[in-house]
Order: sequence, then structure tokens, then C-alpha cells
Amino acid sequence: MRNIWIIAKRELAAYFATPVAFVFIAIFVGLTGGFSFYIGRFFDRNQASMEGFFTYHPWLYLLLVPAVAMRLWAEERKSGTIEQLLTLPITTGEAVVGKFLAAWLFCGIALALTTPMWLTVNILGRPDNAAAAVGYFGSFLVAGAFLSVGICMSALTRNQIIAFIAGALVCFIFTMSGLDTVGNFLRGVAPEALVETLTSFSFLSRFDSLTRGVIDLRDLVFFASTMAFWLFAAVIAVDSRKAA
Amino acid sequence: MTVMVEVEHLTKSFGALQAVNGIDLAVHKGEVLGFLGPNGAGKTTTMRMIAGFLSPTTGTARVCGHDVVTDPTAVKKVIGYMPEGSPSYDDMRVGAFLKFIAEVRGFTGADRDARVMRVMQRVGLVEVMEKPIEILSKGYRRRVGLAQAIIHDPPVLILDEPTDGLDPNQKHQVRTLIHEMAAEKAIIISTHILEEVQAVCTRAVIIGQGRVLADGTADDLLARLPDHTAVCVVVPAEASASAAATFRALPGVAAVFETPAKGGRTRLRLTPREKAPLIEAVNAAVKANAVPVFEVYQDGGTLDDVFRLITAGPAVAA
Repeated sequence: MRNIWIIAKRELAAYFATPVAFVFIAIFVGLTGGFSFYIGRFFDRNQASMEGFFTYHPWLYLLLVPAVAMRLWAEERKSGTIEQLLTLPITTGEAVVGKFLAAWLFCGIALALTTPMWLTVNILGRPDNAAAAVGYFGSFLVAGAFLSVGICMSALTRNQIIAFIAGALVCFIFTMSGLDTVGNFLRGVAPEALVETLTSFSFLSRFDSLTRGVIDLRDLVFFASTMAFWLFAAVIAVDSRKAA
Repeated sequence: MTVMVEVEHLTKSFGALQAVNGIDLAVHKGEVLGFLGPNGAGKTTTMRMIAGFLSPTTGTARVCGHDVVTDPTAVKKVIGYMPEGSPSYDDMRVGAFLKFIAEVRGFTGADRDARVMRVMQRVGLVEVMEKPIEILSKGYRRRVGLAQAIIHDPPVLILDEPTDGLDPNQKHQVRTLIHEMAAEKAIIISTHILEEVQAVCTRAVIIGQGRVLADGTADDLLARLPDHTAVCVVVPAEASASAAATFRALPGVAAVFETPAKGGRTRLRLTPREKAPLIEAVNAAVKANAVPVFEVYQDGGTLDDVFRLITAGPAVAA
């Protein structure tokens, strides 16, 4: 645990070592607000609710989260610091989890900076604050799931651009599989059981119930096991391709 | 002498490429082992395996009794390792980077800060401690690499090309540092600068194509040269023919090569028959025949010659 925290601290500081972190946070906060007002038609809905705000989070994460994750291992490989890091008395698992936690905390910071939106809704009306809190929690879980995919892709290459594109692509597949249009299309060509399996793996459908303020244990297990799976895959990727 | 590093029949293959092909080694406390070999011989791969970065295909290494295959973390704890080119997190400041390393190495609070300060003083980094590593010169970056390797005062040090790319002053500093630490530790350095072996190493191992080709002190290695006991005599040019005839008559001398030297002198190089010791016979002959000489010295070749003899075959060395 101690080692994980030391790694995470260093990684988190590394995010803020360049202005990129602040640009990223500004874009995220700006876009979440913009999306809920312009595309989510926040005022037209005439509801004191955060649902319209959360709806677009997975779509934003699709581009932004792989960007956060892409450097985590690809950069270590490219600059050769992976050799420095992995000859310190830590395990690969500790390094992967430490980096993951740093990136997740970073996303958490960005998410926390959107709370003025929540305050605004509270000034304008009486929203269900418990539901909003669950929505934030769900959004944080989706970010974590996307990150675990991104860190695994980053562990597979020394090129950050490739890590970004591969991460975004895999996340896109996991997101799209939850859309009704995609589900309906698949129903036409694939057996029902397969379609059900695919859609049940979607981050989107899991996230939807959370934005409505419903905490289902199955959703929590889904996100936890998704993250565990991709992080485990990342450990294997780092270990097997160290010198590549 | 305690054995600190034991390498047992280590092999590593990358697909079809056999990078390391059965290396056995033992390094004792107080030894500075120079790891020599042409580029691609397997030096870096071997060091990476001992340091626990790469896992061996077969074989193993034990460091201070810990097996690198079964307990890599214990091995990493007792090793200070500087990778080739000493890569470090470029966007970090020197002090912050060393603090991070010290924390991972298990030091906290005041102890950690004291260690960081001590190691920066030792290698000469105090003046740049607040600078980001990316703006440092090569010499400073190498010092950062050394500092992170010795911050926990490890019993075993593995340095991959510690002086590569440094200027002569910086090389001297690094070698002095290695000298200072040598008595207490087992140190392995890889290099292809052969003067370095004579300057800092107590023992040299030459590897080629993933195997140990030679193992011994610098003198042992020099003794491998066929004309290890060759002698040079510098005589006045007008006396060279008669002097050469005198030396050719000596029983141990295989051949005499004459080359003109500066100031109307001629250098005679006497090569031995089957490594026969020549210097005393030559001295006696000089006296007995009253040969006028300017210089008489043993000229057994250099480590460069040994290196070429061993790694490229006798045809090249001849």
C-alpha cells in the first residue's frame, strides 16, 4: 500500500508539472457545462435536476480519459525510465495501481471542479441532492473504468498517440454497445443472448441507472471487476513487454 | 571474501535471438568487476537480469542470498542500479526525484531528507537540486543516476556504462567515487572503455555473443597476448643493424621488427618465442655487447589488443 501511494503521489505531481493538466481541467469543466446547457437544454427542461448534466459525461470521457491515461506507461517506455522504475523494490502491480490511482484522482479533481453546476441547480430549485451525489459517484466510476482501459493500452506501446487511439477505440466500443440503436441493429444480425451479453458490458447502460440515483450492487460489481480486469491485463502487458 | 552476486548459468533469448547464452559469475565484496564486450554482446541484458528488470529464460542470479527469479523485490532492495544512459523523470526537479527514490527505498521524514542531502553532497548535485532534470548537462544527469543508485547505501552496485559520454574530468570524478565505495561493496560496471578497467576494476570479464570469454585481472588478461613479454629497444639508427643481429641471436627472441623513430633513432621490437621472458636476456645482451641504447622497456600490448584478440579472433589481433 505504501509503495502504491508513493507512486501515485509522484504521478499526480507529474500531471501538474506541465500546463497540460490545467488545460485539460479547463476543457473538461467547460465542456460539461456547455453540454448540459446547450445540448442537454438545461433551461428548457425546466427541472432542477442533474440528469442532463451527467448524460454527456461518458461521451466526454471517451476523448479526455484516454488522453489522461496515454502517457502513463508509453512515456516510461519511450524515455527508458521504466527500467529505473521497475528496478526499484516495488512490484509491477504496485506500479500499475499507483499510476491508475493518480490518474483517477486527477479525473476526480476535474470532476470536483464541476460542483458550481450543482450549486447553481440548488440555487435555482430543489434538486434531489442524493441522486446528484450518486450521479457524481457513477461518473467517477465510469472515468475509472475508461482509465483502466487506457492504462492497459498505454502499457502495450511506447507511442502515446497509439495508446490514445487504441484506448479511445476500446472505450468507444464499450460505450456504444449500450445504445439502443446499436442494440437494435445487433438484434437483427446476432442471437438475442449475445446482444444481451454485449449490452450488459456497456458502461453506458450501467451509468444511466446511477445518474438517476439508483445504486445497484450489480453495477458496482461490474465497474469494480472491469477495472480489476483491465489493470490485471496492464500488469501482464508491462511485465511481458518490458524491454520492447 | 563474501560472495555477494552469484550468477548461475544465466540465459536470455528474445525470440530467435540468444542474447545471453549461459553466463556464470561470482562477485565478491570489495571487488569492482568490469564487464567488457563488443556492442550487442549481452552486457546490458545480463545486468538487467541481475537487477531484476528482465526475467531470465533459464538460470538465475543470487544477490546477497536472494534469488532474483523467486524473490525479485528482495534483490532490488539490496542493489543500487543505474541503467544505461541513466534515464530519470525529466520533468522532476533533482531534489524531488531523489526524495521519491528515497521514499520508495523505504526512508521517511528527516531520515529521508538527510539521505537526499548527503547523497547530493557526495556526488555534487547540491547546486542544481532545484533544477528540472531535463535542463541538466549530461554530466549532471549521470550524477543524478549515480545518486539514485547509492542513496540507500546498497551492498551491491550495478552501473551500466557509468562514464559513457562524459568528459575526462567527469570520468575521473565517477571513477573516484567508485574507488571510494569499492571496499564496502560488490560493484559491477559495464564499459567498453578499456582504460577504465585498469583505472577502477579489480577484475574484468569479457563477454561476447552471450558467453564469458575471459575472466581475470587486467594483468591476467594481458598475459593472454602471444607477445605479452615483448621488449622494445631504442637504438641510434646507425647501430640498428648490428643491434638487431645481436638480439636475433638470443634464444627467446622470435623476431625483431625495426621501425624508425624520431631524432635519428630506431625502435627495435623483439617478440618472444612462446611467451619466453625476454627483458633480462635483453638487458644482459645490451651490457655484454655494449649496444648503445636510449630506452629498453617491456611492451606487452594493451587491453585493446586483448579485447580484439578475444572477441574478434586471432586473425584480427595479429
